[in-house]
Amino acid sequence: MERLRLGVFKLASCDGCQLSVLACVDALLAVADRLEVVYFPEIMRRPLRGQLDVALVEGSVSTAAPVAEVRRVRERTRLLVTLGACAHAGGVQALRNLADGRAMLRAVYARPEYVASLARSTPVADHVAVDYELRGCPPAPAQVAQVLAACLDGRLPRLRDEPVCAECKRAGAACVLVAHGTPCAGPVTHAGCGALCPRQGRGCYACFGPAPDAEVPALIARLEAVGMPRAAAVRLLQTINAWAPAFRDADAGGRAPHTTRAGHGR
Amino acid sequence: MTHPPPRRTRTLAVSALARVEGEGALTIRTRRGRVVGAELRIYEAPRLFEALLRGRDAADAPDVTARICGICPVAYQMSAVAAVEQAFGVFVAPAAAMLRRLLYCGEWIASHALHVHFLHAPDFLGHDGALAMAQASPELAAVVRRGLRLKQAGSAIMTLVGGRDVHPVSPCVGGFHAVPRVAAVRALRDPLRRALDDAVATVAWAAGLDIPDVAVAHEWMALRHPDEYPICSGRLATTGGLDAPVEAFLDHVEEVQVPWSTALHARRRGRDVVHATGPLARWNLNAAVATPRAREAAAAAHLPVPCTNPALGIVVRAVEMVVALEEAVRLVETWEPPLAPAVGWTPRAGVGHAVTEAPRGLLYHRYVIDDVGRIVEARIVPPTSQNQEAIEADLRQAAAGFVALPQDEAVLAAEKVIRHWDPCISCATHFLRLRVEEAR
Repeated sequence: MERLRLGVFKLASCDGCQLSVLACVDALLAVADRLEVVYFPEIMRRPLRGQLDVALVEGSVSTAAPVAEVRRVRERTRLLVTLGACAHAGGVQALRNLADGRAMLRAVYARPEYVASLARSTPVADHVAVDYELRGCPPAPAQVAQVLAACLDGRLPRLRDEPVCAECKRAGAACVLVAHGTPCAGPVTHAGCGALCPRQGRGCYACFGPAPDAEVPALIARLEAVGMPRAAAVRLLQTINAWAPAFRDADAGGRAPHTTRAGHGR
Repeated sequence: MTHPPPRRTRTLAVSALARVEGEGALTIRTRRGRVVGAELRIYEAPRLFEALLRGRDAADAPDVTARICGICPVAYQMSAVAAVEQAFGVFVAPAAAMLRRLLYCGEWIASHALHVHFLHAPDFLGHDGALAMAQASPELAAVVRRGLRLKQAGSAIMTLVGGRDVHPVSPCVGGFHAVPRVAAVRALRDPLRRALDDAVATVAWAAGLDIPDVAVAHEWMALRHPDEYPICSGRLATTGGLDAPVEAFLDHVEEVQVPWSTALHARRRGRDVVHATGPLARWNLNAAVATPRAREAAAAAHLPVPCTNPALGIVVRAVEMVVALEEAVRLVETWEPPLAPAVGWTPRAGVGHAVTEAPRGLLYHRYVIDDVGRIVEARIVPPTSQNQEAIEADLRQAAAGFVALPQDEAVLAAEKVIRHWDPCISCATHFLRLRVEEAR
């Protein structure tokens, strides 16, 4: 039986998504007769050769070299799946897209001319066609396993496209926003984490990026109503996925009619 | 990738640092066959964390800085909360401090299990990775399975205490957003005891590998604590006699930028020594307060104190897994929940410093915070930034022995020198481009 050839790639990122892949190592070993890991520099020292059936790509495009690298990966890969918030939306490092990236570089490096950084950190899909984007910072290992299982079946993964609220409801967790007035980004945030933060009693901080049809201005008005300053509400969304289209203009949306309480809101 | 032409040495003081992670290359320069330079070139994209923290709530620091490293997010979270708490004058409940130590033990176990089995061991056994090892023989498959069990034990702690093992969500300024139920914590005891046996076996196994005999002459720097193997607290110490409060870190370590790396180099300020941090440094300064089974396993493995051979890092990491597991067992047996997950706090203007021991070594955070709790200035010095000079010194020392070898063998030999240091996961295992340049 022809084995599926899998490659794992990293661009600008923290390596955390690859750890979600590594968490599936038991499963990878169990299906070793059907799936072969041919390239995974984080854990194996083997150059990339030949075509790939599936490429998992972690990280954003933040310097010039990865632009060419993702094109080369695309050319030799049947199915390109991105992992996580960096690859999907530019990651936390895309905060510089909303500010003056050059000034930031000067703030960190005495000699910014030594550092070949692009002005913006951008998603992989800005550069090549992507077949599937797995969300999360990081994606849950169980979701990575589902993606790999779908690849083995020759189909695209079918994960729920819904907000975190749906996971909270299914878990029977009390709504932290309604019950406690705790600022929570769950209503506009993509599911996949299993409502991790609300179930811990803290508000969601949007690490899985925008949910489909996210009503960002409505949420910001709601957060203001529980006492969160507007700027803080915007920052809540503009953290891990600041450059996601639904979040990057969060402060430009309709202004809430009133602010009921001043205060820190935490 | 081409290397810039050789320049005169530049020494540049800088005010802040971007993080170190991932992708590295290496250049070794020779003159008439003699090694005249070795550069570990980190070209990982800079992500400018210090800059993007400015203007944000100090309370966001643990969630944002966790993203510096997916392998050691807890280290970043723990240094961040401790520094912010110092600035705000917050003292966390002892039960929260215990839980933080437990969470941190989980990260040490998971990170060390990964390095020992997946990143380091293949070099001693002639495999390209642990997946190949697992398929090479039943004995090696059992070793890889043991490594996976150990990693899983660490992850289980992080998942229970932190919510998830990569970028945990529970730690916050003042303590935790939520703490686990006591019964769930106690239920970790038996699996952790089994993992402890696995870790002890790993020490003996690692010590039996064919480890090259090398000695380096670095000054070892770590936290030192009188009663416990240091993780979250202690004083700044070196084998050269330094003993200082962690707030004085920047009086003793300075950062300079070099043209070949996007990672700043941290050096001892005003002293002509190369300092190094990490498991060897911790062991060399704290072996006496290691936990009983760890000391026993180390003695049986003839692990010296001090240990000056970076290749023995695989044994030291295994010993530290024993330390972390003994500590974790003690903590899950004795922990009682605090009255509240977090103590309350109000922001105030100030400066906070913290040093904690990441799996790879000393991690320093410093925040200047304004009166509404916003970060005015952030400074982060990770362990890999401090170890670059030691790695380059080791490369120069070792290079004489391998520059004359064929390209493939020389590259592998150089990579091994770097991987002893566990500089960071992708850096350590990336295919290195070795250039041997003949200087004129």
